[in-house]
Amino acid sequence: MEKEITLKINGEEYTQKVEPRTLLIHFIRENASLTGSHIGCDTSSCGACTILIDGKSAKSCTILAIQAQGKEITTVEGLATTEGVHPIQEGFKENHGLHCGFCTPGMMLRAVELLEKNPDPTEEEIRWGISGNLCRCTGYNNIVKAIKYAGAKIRGAELPSTEPVFVE
Amino acid sequence: MIQCKTSKEIGGMGHSMKRKEDDRFVHGKGNYVDDVKLPGMLYMDIVRSPYAYAKIKNIDSSEALKIPGVLAVVTGKDLEQYNLHWMPTLMSDTQMVLPVDTVMYQSQEVAAIIATEKYIARDAREAVRVEYEVMKPVVNPFKANDEDAPVLRTDKEDQKDNHIWHWEVGQKEETEKIFNDAEVVVKEQMHIPRIHVSSIETCGCVADYDKVDNHLTMYMTTQAPHAIRTVIALVAGHVGLTEEKVRVISPDIGGGFGGKVPVYPGYVIAIAASFLIGKPVKWIEDRSENLQADSFARDYHITAEMAGTKDGKILATRMKVLADHGYTDASANPSKFPTGMFSIGTGSYDYSHAFMEADAVYTNKPPGGVAYRCSFRVTEAVHAIERITDRYALEIGKDPAELRFQNFIKKDQFPYQSPTGWEYDSGDYEAGLKLALKTVEYDKLREKQAQMRKEGKLMGIGLSTFTEIVGAGPSKDFDILGIKMFDSAEIRVHPTGKAIARFGTKSQGQGHETTYAQIIAEELGIPAKDIQIEEGDTDTAPYGLGTYASRSTPTAGAAAAIAARKLRDKARKLAAHLLEVSEDDLEWEPGKFSVKGAPEKSKTIQELVFAAYTNHPQGMEAGFEATHYYDPPNLTFPSGAYICVVEIDPETFEIDVKRFVAIDDAGNIINPMVAQGQVHGGLTQGIAPAMYEELIYDDDGNILNGTLMDYLVPTAVESPNWETGHTVTPSPHHPIGAKGIGESPTVGAPPAIANAIVDALKPYGITHLDIPITPAKIFEALKEKGVLDKPIVG
Repeated sequence: MEKEITLKINGEEYTQKVEPRTLLIHFIRENASLTGSHIGCDTSSCGACTILIDGKSAKSCTILAIQAQGKEITTVEGLATTEGVHPIQEGFKENHGLHCGFCTPGMMLRAVELLEKNPDPTEEEIRWGISGNLCRCTGYNNIVKAIKYAGAKIRGAELPSTEPVFVE
Repeated sequence: MIQCKTSKEIGGMGHSMKRKEDDRFVHGKGNYVDDVKLPGMLYMDIVRSPYAYAKIKNIDSSEALKIPGVLAVVTGKDLEQYNLHWMPTLMSDTQMVLPVDTVMYQSQEVAAIIATEKYIARDAREAVRVEYEVMKPVVNPFKANDEDAPVLRTDKEDQKDNHIWHWEVGQKEETEKIFNDAEVVVKEQMHIPRIHVSSIETCGCVADYDKVDNHLTMYMTTQAPHAIRTVIALVAGHVGLTEEKVRVISPDIGGGFGGKVPVYPGYVIAIAASFLIGKPVKWIEDRSENLQADSFARDYHITAEMAGTKDGKILATRMKVLADHGYTDASANPSKFPTGMFSIGTGSYDYSHAFMEADAVYTNKPPGGVAYRCSFRVTEAVHAIERITDRYALEIGKDPAELRFQNFIKKDQFPYQSPTGWEYDSGDYEAGLKLALKTVEYDKLREKQAQMRKEGKLMGIGLSTFTEIVGAGPSKDFDILGIKMFDSAEIRVHPTGKAIARFGTKSQGQGHETTYAQIIAEELGIPAKDIQIEEGDTDTAPYGLGTYASRSTPTAGAAAAIAARKLRDKARKLAAHLLEVSEDDLEWEPGKFSVKGAPEKSKTIQELVFAAYTNHPQGMEAGFEATHYYDPPNLTFPSGAYICVVEIDPETFEIDVKRFVAIDDAGNIINPMVAQGQVHGGLTQGIAPAMYEELIYDDDGNILNGTLMDYLVPTAVESPNWETGHTVTPSPHHPIGAKGIGESPTVGAPPAIANAIVDALKPYGITHLDIPITPAKIFEALKEKGVLDKPIVG
């Protein structure tokens, strides 16, 4: 029993017939062929599928596609604009905030909402803020650094150094 | 400060160059296996056993097959017709692909659904009815060889019990004598728990068999694509899949950590299904399937002993291991090393005698024995030696740092012959520990600890000064299924001076596209940004054994440097030809050759490459390409000095890692930013088994935490702010003096954390706690010591 739905993702409309049980992440990946959002678990624990719905971060494995009708969905593919990359993308690249890149899209979208609410978060606020997103590669130090950098960029403040700091 | 020989523009070794691969990842343009979509592609799902040990009485697929879109339900009996129902493991054992009559562990594959859609395959999975006759499993490895334990591997003719193998190394009798005569002997029983790599991307594949061309393209999350191609040909050559008909493509990989080295049954079933149906078949496992059925790591029960003098001189160590391998020995080790590199367990200390032995047993648990970001069982060895060293310090009342300085192998003792047969290439252990102690202000910290103890506060300082053993390996000892563990690089420089280089390794996030380019830039002076790196396609890349065990820089990195040097030699000949001087009259500086004493006469590498295509001298081969297969003369031995400071809440026993300082020595560093990133990540995978992760089974063999809801992968909150630094002691035998860095922190961190926690609890008579050390474990241990009768808080 399929149902035709229209979802607006990154400003573009996708009209498809889907089963009502279709998860939003599957719609995004399979029906809209936007494969930047990933699936890393089956218990809503990892956050690799995190997207923005009307600007709020959400785990798209825990929402049905039909629930997202009429809302504005943003995925990683929608972060960069014609004017260039989003500050969070720049932050992650410049600060080595990613290794394998699998958790990165979800992590960045979560951070976008975090910085939207508070563009100058403390380290502790960042760590708690991304605690619904797992990264197995980076040890999080440089993700924190990347988010701080993006915050500074959004605020128009002086950008922190991206050089690695070592104890000597 | 790391000195660079090349300019920032060239970006050779030592530059913290931003990663070349990151643009596609931050734009969501990575191409992981689940992103592969082919026309007519089918989906596979797997029916798994709810029981740890059971006979399969019947598999009823009739309801499943009635669901529109379900094409097939594949069982072990179906595969048996093609002799594809079993496969060899890397340790010369055997493993079921699908069972014909018995399941051996919970979540084992029982049947596979092939359907037109993912959701339909999942519906069908629920509709397959399997009738089991449940049997009492063997779960506790210590009871695996009890008289009443069933013999699990009845499929193996000569197997009369559940013992797999015995292994030993060292000087048994002499060591025993030293122990008998020693002033001090300490002993602890430890368990290095069964854990899971849990890379955020699970495993999966798209098997695409073309019936017309009799050709298989296998898109697969594999850390070792070439070895997989050979294994496929060895296993399925008899049905026509010979090696030239198989192409393995390992696309972007979302983390590996060793979990993507083995061949899992799902891969083989997908190939078989594609082969039989003639359409592409995609199989992507769920996280829960990944945690419950894919290869585990560790699971060593170790009795560690140390003998020494009253004033702190280590004389000998003894280690006895019971290895729980689950249903089959599917360890990912070099073939001749059933315990991997466990024999590195004499550590960073200079003493003459050691004896180590291990016995492995079968149990009704999933098979495995993969790395979890570690070079073949080094973590188990390091944990044992670093914990027992601390235990010894505690016994004789000596500061653990002082005891380590007293026993370190000294800088001038390298190359050092260890009592278990290794030749450590280089090291400066004192320098590393000195830097770590200075960073934490160790003496002040101990004073602070004394003060806090007076106030009834639980504060501990833990050290770990470890030696790793990576870069497998020299062909005389190291092979996998007979294939020697060399690795390779092929460099092609185009006429305009830009290059592509291909490798037998495969990055899973380590940043090879950047770091390999930097090695070539260092040697050839071609800017790293102009060098494209490719891995993972067996049709185009030279043969290699893949990326695991921190072997990429030690093997393929060396191959890149040597291939580039071959090209530099050719460039020298071209320069001599163009500048009309002899080769001896030329000087090299990164990026150009110039005439000695006449620096204005010079040719850039780009000009020389162009000449190789446009103006090469008679008798010289045209073009500018080189390949090298590097067989390392020895392994490399990175080291580290780690210090962890913890405070434990005296009421809840929550452990707070206040500081963690990691000083690593991985020899020369290619990209400090990337190397540091590797250390950060490895440290979080060190705190994970030390405080959070363990796969737990009940007496019936049920896994109790088989999802990410209850298997605790650390988040950014559990992970402290890591402080890192390095000393640089180049490897004398490696072409660029590098040693490998990706796994050291995972190896070195757990004992530092455990030692810190035990140190915090020292006033209460606790000498050891098994990892993962949780508040509950501390509570139980203190309760046992009778110290909880009144509050600890002073």
